[in-house]
Amino acid sequence: MARNKEAMIFLIDVGPSMHSVLPEVGKLIFAKSDLVGIVLFGTKDTNNELEKEVGGYEHVFVLRDIGVVDEADLETLNLPRGTFPGDFLDAIVVGMDMLIKKFNPKEKLKKCLHLITNAQCATKEPYEGTKVDQAVTIAHQMNAQGISLNCLIFREKLWGVENQQVIDENDKLLNQFSQQAVANIVHVDSTTSLLGAIKARRINPVTIFRGDLELSSTMKIKVWVYKKTAEEKFPTLKKYSDEAPTRDKYATHEVKVDFEYKIMEDPDKIVPPEQRIKGYRYGPQVVPISASEWEAAKVKLKKSVKLLGFTKASNISRHYYMKDVNIFIPEPGNTKAIIAVSALARAMQEKNRSAILRCVWREGQGKVVVGVLTPNLSSVDKIPDSFYFNVLPFAEDVREFQFPSLSKFSSCQPDEKQQEAADDFVKMLDLTSSNRKELLQPEYTPNPVLAQFYRFLDLKSKDPGSDIPELDNSLKKIAEPDFDILSRNKSITNHFEKQFELKENSKKRKLSRHAWRGKPSVSDEKEVGKEGEVPETQSASLVKALPSTNVEKIGDLNPVQDFEAMMKRRDSSKWTSKAIKEMKSYIIYLLENSFEGHSYQKAIECLIALREGCILEQEPREFNDFLLDMCKKWSKTDLADFLSLMPSKNITLISKIEAADSDLTEAAAKNFPATFNESPD
Amino acid sequence: MDLDPEGIFRDDSDSDAEFHEEKEATKDLAVYLIDASPKMFAPVTAPDNAENGTYFHVVIDCISQSLKSQIINRLNDEVALCFFNTKEKKNLQDLNGVYVFNVEERDFLDQPTAKLIKEFSSIENIFMNNIGSRYGILPGSRDNSLYNALWVAQALLRKGSAKTASKRILIFTNEDDPFGSMTGAIKADMIRTTLQRAEDAKDLGISLELLPLGSLDEEFNLSKFYAEMIGLEGDELVQYLPSANEKLMDMKDQLRKRIFNKRKVRTLTFSIINGISIQVNTYALIRPTLPGATIWLDSVTNLPLKIEKSLICADTGALIEGRPKLFHSYKNQRVLFSVDQISEIKKVSNYHLRLLGFKPIDCLKDYHNLRPSTFIFPTDEEIIGSTRIFIALYRSMLHLKRFALAFYGSSSSSRLVALVAQDEIVNSGGQLEPAGMHMIYLPYSDDIRDAEQYHISVDAAVPRASDDQIQKASALMKQINLENFSVLQFANPALQRHYGLLQVLALDEDEMPDFKDETLPDEKGLARRTVFHALEDFKVAVYGQNHDQEETEHMAAKASGSEATRKRKMIANKATGESAKYDWEDLAENGKLKDLTVVELKFYLTAHNLPVTGKKDALISRILTHMGK
Repeated sequence: MARNKEAMIFLIDVGPSMHSVLPEVGKLIFAKSDLVGIVLFGTKDTNNELEKEVGGYEHVFVLRDIGVVDEADLETLNLPRGTFPGDFLDAIVVGMDMLIKKFNPKEKLKKCLHLITNAQCATKEPYEGTKVDQAVTIAHQMNAQGISLNCLIFREKLWGVENQQVIDENDKLLNQFSQQAVANIVHVDSTTSLLGAIKARRINPVTIFRGDLELSSTMKIKVWVYKKTAEEKFPTLKKYSDEAPTRDKYATHEVKVDFEYKIMEDPDKIVPPEQRIKGYRYGPQVVPISASEWEAAKVKLKKSVKLLGFTKASNISRHYYMKDVNIFIPEPGNTKAIIAVSALARAMQEKNRSAILRCVWREGQGKVVVGVLTPNLSSVDKIPDSFYFNVLPFAEDVREFQFPSLSKFSSCQPDEKQQEAADDFVKMLDLTSSNRKELLQPEYTPNPVLAQFYRFLDLKSKDPGSDIPELDNSLKKIAEPDFDILSRNKSITNHFEKQFELKENSKKRKLSRHAWRGKPSVSDEKEVGKEGEVPETQSASLVKALPSTNVEKIGDLNPVQDFEAMMKRRDSSKWTSKAIKEMKSYIIYLLENSFEGHSYQKAIECLIALREGCILEQEPREFNDFLLDMCKKWSKTDLADFLSLMPSKNITLISKIEAADSDLTEAAAKNFPATFNESPD
Repeated sequence: MDLDPEGIFRDDSDSDAEFHEEKEATKDLAVYLIDASPKMFAPVTAPDNAENGTYFHVVIDCISQSLKSQIINRLNDEVALCFFNTKEKKNLQDLNGVYVFNVEERDFLDQPTAKLIKEFSSIENIFMNNIGSRYGILPGSRDNSLYNALWVAQALLRKGSAKTASKRILIFTNEDDPFGSMTGAIKADMIRTTLQRAEDAKDLGISLELLPLGSLDEEFNLSKFYAEMIGLEGDELVQYLPSANEKLMDMKDQLRKRIFNKRKVRTLTFSIINGISIQVNTYALIRPTLPGATIWLDSVTNLPLKIEKSLICADTGALIEGRPKLFHSYKNQRVLFSVDQISEIKKVSNYHLRLLGFKPIDCLKDYHNLRPSTFIFPTDEEIIGSTRIFIALYRSMLHLKRFALAFYGSSSSSRLVALVAQDEIVNSGGQLEPAGMHMIYLPYSDDIRDAEQYHISVDAAVPRASDDQIQKASALMKQINLENFSVLQFANPALQRHYGLLQVLALDEDEMPDFKDETLPDEKGLARRTVFHALEDFKVAVYGQNHDQEETEHMAAKASGSEATRKRKMIANKATGESAKYDWEDLAENGKLKDLTVVELKFYLTAHNLPVTGKKDALISRILTHMGK
């Protein structure tokens, strides 16, 4: 069956207020063989037929006339930046005109306008009547021509008051379309959502089932079942062969996969296909069953969707939903079905009930599905009420493991303060604050992996040597917590951190670092290093040193705290010298095991702590000698770059002013390591 | 030999496999020690006396059930069935009072076979004659059947290394004081040696589990002996004690649940905020059970086949070694990727699980679902304090009615997930829902379809049900009410049949076992008068009085009246007429069919109601087949 073709015209606002998001808009991807046209508005130049024929319609620029997308056209749009405020009504009229001129009204074709704008600029006053009249006229015309409209309205933050009036007026105009014509308006308020709302691929709807929803043998409702969600898989890549000689222009470079079936004991013998039989495992036994035997034993069920009954919605926990979700809509155009579904759905919603169904989607299949039907009441006048359908597990699919009750871990119960900190934390990290739209709503959140892939694909097609692009900010927001929220509520997060203590279990094997500390993500802290390498910069870990009196060693986790704790110990004077000694060897260990400078940051921290400690305890020599030793040892090695780093971090020798025992003047101390290099002893 | 031939064709087969299967790196070796003393043959005291059966029966029933699910789900697990306090003895050590039950072609500790399950489930009929029951610890004798049983079990579990297998001894008994009949020094000595035996087993990495059977008037008292043997203290003791076993069914449920060893899928690091990461274990509580993997066999010898996959260059026919590069067609060119680049693209985040924020629970819609959920439970094994943070957040989420949104990144898939706190639900049959969090995999915008809008009405608003109609629907709902519906109540009919068939073939049985599809609606219930009336009322309310009649008329009109059918009929008539002009027999005999045009050939096909698709050759062969040539 030939699929329904779709003709689309994208009307893209490129006016000044849209400039910031144009790179995102440019990532539209079209399906092959769709009919696509692109119209820009808010441009400096004007290029459209209406302007030539009747005048007006300035700053509307037809970038691409309607035509079939062939692969060469699949370029990421490079949108010019317009300089005029865009008038979306003009753009709609131009787009409509293009569709009307191009297609015979009898042609079976879905016609659709996609408007992408922020609708922040005033539309022009019409020659006659009001703006609303004009919008209604256009809407009626669209209806008559069977053209639908999709608006994607992007508003990042609210603008000044003077603009508010225009915005309200524009919203009113756009609402005329959704009332009078087939129109769908989506508001988004972040670039992440914008990316999500621009869907990469349009899917041709195919029903899973058309037929009766049987409440009983006498009462049936005609329904169609579609998929509501379905995982969009990573594209299947083909294997490439570079065996063919380069001059062979007609080489397919494809790879064939060949399978050979051999007897395990006798690998030289190949078994032909007709001699193979499928074996089914049953415990250690393998039962051979031929395809025909199998076919004969198989049950063939009648296609049907039957009601088993209604039950309290709370009887079915959310986590029992097994698969992607289907939607049951009443047979289109069938008023009786629409009303019957509406009555059931509304009654279920009101009484908080769900329906349990038994479904066999296709005639003769052996598989039965039991699932739950939940109401989906429509808020739009033009869309009938419907049901969502989720598959439930069978008894065999559930593993009833027993877990100890959380309240029985007497040693792990949070105390009141901790619980309060957790409550505050949960409230603070709310993604649905009142003045914004819900953040990271699945409906408007794109798949970052797919987005990355298509971006990389485009880059590679232009330059085969290009590297994988970094996640841009709009995608990063999907994988990382929102920095704004966290930094705005620093006190709550800090309090939360302080309340809880985490400790490595010493009995267990040493963990690789990444397993337990916040590992920096590749994207934001590239310089820090790869996992598994010795130290890291992030000292903001929750790990608190053991009570200071007990510290006897400088550990790898919190060397600075350990050092400070040891220096503070007063029970014996040996601790000070031990701390200094250990810190020195730790720093040397850090640097000597450093890979491409990954541990420099930590070493600097330790060095600063050591310097402060030595000043405090009036041991300047310990520090000065150590520093000079380091210079002597490393000035000619690849660690020289660490030495050059020190002045910028204010690590100098300790001068007389800081500690009386030092024999260096301030100037001499500051000059380090330059002094040292000039006059090597 | 586990190769699934279909699996190889999938490009990234590992991703799905990883998701559906728990890592089977560790297999479970279990010895079931079943007390067969006369006390076990006492009837379970049920208050209503409606149910009866002995303790022994309960145990046999539960074990048979768990074996049946094990043979389907857990192919590699091995099990030994061992009775103690028996008259006869059968064990490698030749110890008194211990009988290891087995069937042919099977080691004592081995995978369960169809035959084992069959014979074990009917063992009660022959038990008294063949094995016999008697107390194994009696005054005047130095026999210690419990000690012997532990010894036998431990010897059986010598198999397999402790690294790759989890080893368990499960003791089923209703005797809380096994040495009650003994006195004095002999008693103390017996207790000491038995405890020592248990200790030895534990040192070898074997875990001891007790499945106590209590009764209403006599609670199973762990502190008499078993607490010390298993090594329970304080808190644990409370967890261990089963709730009062009031009903036989409940007792069975509890036993059955405890027989399974819970297996984690993996341990995840859950980053709460920068610098705080806790650890959680994930468990696959709900996964579709599929008919087991198939293996290709040589039909002559029934020997398993090995599948060898080789990559061949389509241009030169050369064998390709190593992993070839991948390409994707884009803008008329082939864009090449290395395998490493693809895996780098897929790795969006370095974190296993990273908290993004919280949302009210009603933001989680019914259609925000893609896969079965995963259960997460905290662990302090590597980071002490994880459980405390987890519990604090879990309580806040329950109390504030929020779920957590997090980003879940693995090598094969990166998804937004909702973490929904689950309160513990307990009834007399034990734990129904464990406390913890369920991880629900959310769709991205790419995965959500706006199916509602496919058929958006062009003109006026669509009709909605009136209050009266809604009320009739409510009345109907009240009539067809499944009060105690539980998702566990249906067995998968397709799977049951599949394994029923395998069992018949594996055991060479003749008859297909009777098979009931539990998922069919209750026709009798629906025919009840009140239900019938509610249905009729609703039908009249939404469809009007004469619906059935209208429907028949409509169907009739459709059958004759529609333009398409009329057209089709016309063509068929014409084709029959045209077809009659040819002498098909003759044409076919003389091989002249190929001289006709495709249009002419189609006359015959249409006239005889055959498919008209395909190339000319296909059409000719179809005609010949139809004529029986």
